[in-house]
Amino acid sequence: MLAPGLIDAQVFTGEPGFEHRETLKTASHAAAAGGVTTIVVMPETNPVIDSVALVDFIQRRARDNALVHVHTMAAMTKGLNGEEMTEIGLLKRAGAIAFSNGKSSVVNTRVMRNVLNYAKDFGALVVHHTEDPYLSGNAAMNSGEVASRLGLSGASKIAETITLERDVRLVEMTGGRYHAATISCAESLDVVRAAKARKLGVTCGVSINHLTLNENDIGPYRTFFKVRPPLRREEDRMAMVRGIASGDIDIIVSSHDPQDADTKRRPFAEAADGAVGLETLLAAGLRLVNSGDVPLLALLKALTINPARLLGLHSGRLVKGAIADLLLFDPGEPWVVNKDLLRSRSKNTPFDEAKMQGRVLRTVVAGETVYEYAGVERT
Amino acid sequence: MAQSSKTKALTRFPRRHLLTCEGLSAAEINFLLDLADKAADHFRQSGAKRDVLSGRTLINLFFESSTRTQASFEMAGKRLSADVMNMNVATSSVTKGETLIDTAVTLNAMRPDIIVVRHHAAGAVELLSQKVDCSVINAGDGAHQHPTQALLDALTIRRAKGRIEGLTVAICGDILHSRVARSNINVLNTLGAHVRIIAPSTLLPSSPERLGCEVYTDMWKGIEGADIVMMLRLQRERMEASYVPSSREFFHFFGLDLEKLARAKPDALVMHPGPMNRGVEIASTVADHSPYCRSGLRTRRPRRTAG
Repeated sequence: MLAPGLIDAQVFTGEPGFEHRETLKTASHAAAAGGVTTIVVMPETNPVIDSVALVDFIQRRARDNALVHVHTMAAMTKGLNGEEMTEIGLLKRAGAIAFSNGKSSVVNTRVMRNVLNYAKDFGALVVHHTEDPYLSGNAAMNSGEVASRLGLSGASKIAETITLERDVRLVEMTGGRYHAATISCAESLDVVRAAKARKLGVTCGVSINHLTLNENDIGPYRTFFKVRPPLRREEDRMAMVRGIASGDIDIIVSSHDPQDADTKRRPFAEAADGAVGLETLLAAGLRLVNSGDVPLLALLKALTINPARLLGLHSGRLVKGAIADLLLFDPGEPWVVNKDLLRSRSKNTPFDEAKMQGRVLRTVVAGETVYEYAGVERT
Repeated sequence: MAQSSKTKALTRFPRRHLLTCEGLSAAEINFLLDLADKAADHFRQSGAKRDVLSGRTLINLFFESSTRTQASFEMAGKRLSADVMNMNVATSSVTKGETLIDTAVTLNAMRPDIIVVRHHAAGAVELLSQKVDCSVINAGDGAHQHPTQALLDALTIRRAKGRIEGLTVAICGDILHSRVARSNINVLNTLGAHVRIIAPSTLLPSSPERLGCEVYTDMWKGIEGADIVMMLRLQRERMEASYVPSSREFFHFFGLDLEKLARAKPDALVMHPGPMNRGVEIASTVADHSPYCRSGLRTRRPRRTAG
């Protein structure tokens, strides 16, 4: 089956600052293997991507080392401190595709209002992780029965919804373009749906983890299932799946977040959040198709044309004259995920040893084959 | 002057105070401009003092520091032979907790004829005017009004262009916090100019179009074909409070440089109320070649009090 190459709007890498976890090069190899032809890298690096020089650095490094298209999401506040707006106009001019505050929310409402208001003048997209840190605290997982049994502190999903509701009110006031990075619960989807019904410039995304996993998967404190927002209950996962099927959720991201053993092999509460996801994105998404919950076209829409529209890219569709970013996949091919075969420099996948159906056969970026499946791989 | 002929000329200014430009009629504005125009010619030619305010007392009451405005009022008062008193509020009883109204009552007991007031709070000058028996001139109250600056700007435009009606005036910068912008919008609108305001959305007041101007967030478009480009000062605090990210970015998108100025009319007049931040809202190449700070004294010469 031939499809446009996937566009992943949320990829964390370790470059610059944490190259032992992932570089632009290794992330791009992982992307190519996953059928992803465009990745948007997040500003949560060291130093934070909050200046023109750093956007330029990412673009040069990507040009020289990456197999796929790399776009930069720049920070919306300096150092992601949530207090001082970055040079949104100059950053956009330098090539920043959107603006984000990484894995933290801008708590200061006045700053958030100013960012939305200011970004609007430049037609810049504001992508926001919605989480009230006072409510979620240092919580290790979703609050509820599982957290209670495991003796872990839980974060209520209301921490996500409250910040999202606040943001929607601000968008209503400023008229800016706003994208909720990764929603994870039914209540958040209701908020987005209501905002869309009011014709506000609001869109949302969901991570592949929240479409395919729930809090029960954590089992005996498996830290590879510790992500942010935390995995929710099955009802919420199903709400997310329905959101993709109905189109109310605009895009799916891998939320690829490489973490090394140092940060993951720890007691659950102390382990870092994050899971790699570029190489399993399509296969995990096809689970929803195979289970009959999501039509194939709805899935592909959320992985190609919708993110392209959101980010203002010309790719993500198969039309004459378009850039040849292509994905050839066999939707029926069975395979088993083996973390040791991942191209990503970090192996923190929640899908290790998972049985998948559907795999990428070939990935083409701008007419060049960057990945080709060589048959059953061995260690 | 063209404007004066349209409406019946006044023989005296009909108000006791000058607190705001909102609601001033074209006739009232033109009366003040004509007076200032004549005074300017007089002082430019002879330089001799005039005695119109002889025996009158003028108090400059500045709750907020000022260089240009206070010096202009002092000089104007002296040239018209008034006894001028400068109240240095920083060392006065105000800092000891006296309220604005108590200060007003105390000053009123001294029987001044004119009090010129600048205060950091919008509406403070009007409040003070209700408690004194003399004329009060607003020399700037918070982000509300700065009438004499707008009158002076109008006079500068009139002397440079010969008219105000029909001109396109682009006011650019921190509109949100600017009393100069509010007063100028009132005066210029009343005199028939087309007023545009240019600022990032974060530095625009809410419902800006209701102030009677065209609103632009893109300076390259807003300056197109302007006869007058009026730049406002951007204070450093605005960056700390995240209204704009940096002076570098502000200058790039909203600072007046020769490239943006080239979009205005070839004979466009550039004005700035001062103090200028070179490299923030105006480039030195523009600042040093514009006749911007000329008519400071003319309009500030207080008119003879009505009583």
